[in-house]
Formats: sequence, structure tokens, C-alpha cells
Amino acid sequence: MKAKLIALTVLTIVAFTSQAQTKYFTKKGKIVFRSETNMETIEATNDRVTSMLEVESGKLEFAAAITAFEFEKALMQEHFNEDYMESKKFPKASFKGTITDMNTVDLKKDGTYPVTVKGDLTMHGVTKNITEKGTITVKGGKISAAANIDVKCKDYNIKAPSKVAEVIQVKINIASYEPFKK
Amino acid sequence: MKFIYPVFFSCTMLVSFNGVSQDMLDELGEDPKEMERVTASFKNSKVINAQSTETTHKGVLDFRISHRFGMLSGGLYELFGLDQASLRLSFDYGITSRLMVGFGRSTYQKTYDEYIKYKILWQTDGSNKMPITLIWYSNMAISTLKVPENLPYEFKFTQRLVYTHQLIIGRKFTEGFTAEILPTVVHRNIVATAAEKNTVYVIGAAGRIKLTRRIALNAEYFYVLPDQLAKDATGKDIYTNSLSIGFDIETGGHVFQLHFTNSPIMIDKGYITETTQKWTDGDINFGFNISRVFTIVKPKKKEEPETEAPIE
Repeated sequence: MKAKLIALTVLTIVAFTSQAQTKYFTKKGKIVFRSETNMETIEATNDRVTSMLEVESGKLEFAAAITAFEFEKALMQEHFNEDYMESKKFPKASFKGTITDMNTVDLKKDGTYPVTVKGDLTMHGVTKNITEKGTITVKGGKISAAANIDVKCKDYNIKAPSKVAEVIQVKINIASYEPFKK
Repeated sequence: MKFIYPVFFSCTMLVSFNGVSQDMLDELGEDPKEMERVTASFKNSKVINAQSTETTHKGVLDFRISHRFGMLSGGLYELFGLDQASLRLSFDYGITSRLMVGFGRSTYQKTYDEYIKYKILWQTDGSNKMPITLIWYSNMAISTLKVPENLPYEFKFTQRLVYTHQLIIGRKFTEGFTAEILPTVVHRNIVATAAEKNTVYVIGAAGRIKLTRRIALNAEYFYVLPDQLAKDATGKDIYTNSLSIGFDIETGGHVFQLHFTNSPIMIDKGYITETTQKWTDGDINFGFNISRVFTIVKPKKKEEPETEAPIE
């Protein structure tokens, strides 16, 4: 009887600990978006992007609060939130997906690894499945992820004014992943 | 004791298979919700004549041209008032996001008015909810007309001054509706007769309804408490309460405000205590304000992070 109890206890402990996946997180990721036309160049930066990366499965998620995008012109920022992104209704832009070739990244060896990311990008209430190229950089034991993607306002039902380009260049740079301990 | 084994067994099985459906980011926990300050409660720092619950953004200069035509009751001969015009130019500047200063110059009595507007309480809908925006506004108006000759009393410079002080208590109820109350005191250093009060108490109210992304409907009304302003020989009030209704049309950097009012004077002390026209007589002025913002001081650019991951 006692042996069975001990065995079961051990099994339970093992079951719980085997859940531990190596996760990394940050609350200081950076996203810069840029619209370039002949008329005007518009740029905004959000440096409070939250993100989590699970190394074994390659699961990657990030979320950016729309009101945290900062513009040079305060009035432009006000219009961006009130009129175009409707940030009261849709406060965050988020991504949930997987780095499909995470197994090609060797976390113990410094270097820049090109990867492919696939997942759902949600903005302004619209979700689209996207596949993009990015990089994972390992330097001195620290992990960072980056990607340059193009986003079309129309795809996400964003009615931007005419001085905004149809295709916005978005630079995602999450350079400060730290290990996540529950 | 026997049931413990199946319980243990199912527990371990459950634990082994769980965790796939939950969002990873949820494990980070909710960020303590940032205090979301309410913005864009009105499209401009002025409703029509009255001050709104907005101030100019930090480092931004708001240049405004305000124009009032003559009275509609002038009829076709006066082209419904278009033949006459009264103007005010003003500059509002946001020193901080709460403190705004400015000055204006009106054709009416060649008056310069200087003002300061401070947001004491800012409405928020974050974790620490603040239900209202509370603003202090002070204005000093200086008329610069030449002193008339043969004045029956000694002229002093202070006679040119009129002070207006206001508390603006407002709330953005929904994305489309904002309302405010403006308890006001106007102090005139000199008045024409002893029957008129130097210090006049007024209560104003204003609001806006946003019709589309770009267009809003505004209205304002100032009620002067009775027996403070001059009456005529028969005991009837000479002065009337100011009522204005108009539209805001906003473009990228401009706000166009088109309105009808019974107060052609655009200085606070003027429309509040010197309005003599009546809507019911058709003595209404069509007018407009055009406001254009310029960014004078740009916000400081954030530094680039040291490790910028290279892109292939």
C-alpha cells in the first residue's frame, strides 16, 4: 500500500514538473509603423509591446495597446485613436502564432537565424492569418525576435485618410526577452 | 482509501494534457490598467464662444480666426448681415498637457484679452476612475480705445480692465456626447451706473453631439443671475442671455466652426455680460471660427534600443 502511494505521488510530481516549457517574455517590445507617400511621411512608435515566446513549441504571441503608439503630432495621435483605430472599441492589436522552424534555432549558439512565422494577426476587430519571414537573434544568451511586415489598412477595415499610404511598413523588434518563471 | 488511486491517476492525466488552449500572454497577467485619460471631448478648446473641456496639446499652438457677421434681421439690404463684420484673432498655447495660455485681439473696442486655462482634474476611465474634468479659466480683457475728451471723471488705466473667472465642470458621457457647466464671475472695474453691479455672477452650460467622425453639433447658453446688469428707464433688462448653436467640421489640422449666435462680441466678458440681442427678434449673427494647430515643440524622440536585431 505504502509503495503504491509513494509511486503515485512520484508520478504526480513528475507529471506536474514535465509541464515546464521554457518560456520567455517581455513588456518592452517595440513596434514602429511608417506610412510614406509623396505628400507626407507618418511614423509612430510603441515601445510597450508585451510578448511571450515558448521555445520548445515555437509558440509566439504579442500584443500592443493602440493608445501606446506615439506620434510627433499630438493631434494626429488623437485622430489615430478616436477616428481610425477606434481604440475605445478595439484597444489592442495582437498576434498569436508559431515559429514553424524554431527547431533550426540553436539557443546555445550566438547568431542570427532566419525563421518563418505563421499565425493570426488581429487589429481593429479583424483577424487575418499571415505568414511572414523574421529573425531570431541569440547574443550572449539573450534572445530577440524581429520582423518587417507590410500591412494593408483595407485588410483590417481601417478607413485611413488619403494622405496615408495603402500599405504600411511595420517594423517589429522585440529585443529584450527574459526567462519567464511562474 | 481505494478511490484515491483513480483520483490520483486522473489528476496526473489531466495535468499532462492541459495548457494547450490557454493564451500564453494571459499568464503575464493583466497590466494594471493605465489611467486612460479621456481625450477629444470637444474638437477644440472653444465650444462656440465658451471654453470647452479641452486645452491645446503640449507644445502646440492653436491659431484661431473668429468672425461674426451682422444680424440676419438686417434683411436683404444688409445681405442678412454679411455686410458687417467683427473679428477676433487669438493664439492658444499648451505649455503642458494641463496648462494653456493665450491672448486675443478683437475689433470690438480694440480689446486685447489674455487668458490662462488649467486642467485641475482630468476625466479618466482606467482603474482610478475620475468622473469629471475640472478646469479653471481666467481672462483679463483690456480695451484700448482712446480716452474720450471731456470725461466727467478722472481716467485711470484700471478702468480699461474686465476680469472673467470660470470653473468648467464637464464630462464626456459617451464617444458622441459631452456636456459641461460653467459657473462664472465677471468683474468690471468700472460700470456706467450705480444700479449695475461691478461683480456679476453667471452660470453657463454647453454641450456637443458628435454626428460623424468629422462633424459635431454644439450649443451653449449663459444665464446671468437676475438684477445684476443695467435696466432701462421702464425697469426692463437691457441685456439678454447669450445663446449659440453651431457645427464643427474637422479636417487634418483645421477645425471649422460655423454657428448662429445672439452675441457678436467674442470676448468672454462681452458675450456673457454685454449681449443685447434677442433670438426672438431675429437678431442673430452668423459667424465662424477657423482654428489651425501648429506643433511648436516636438515630443522628445525615444532612444533606439542597443540590440536591434538585424533583418535579412
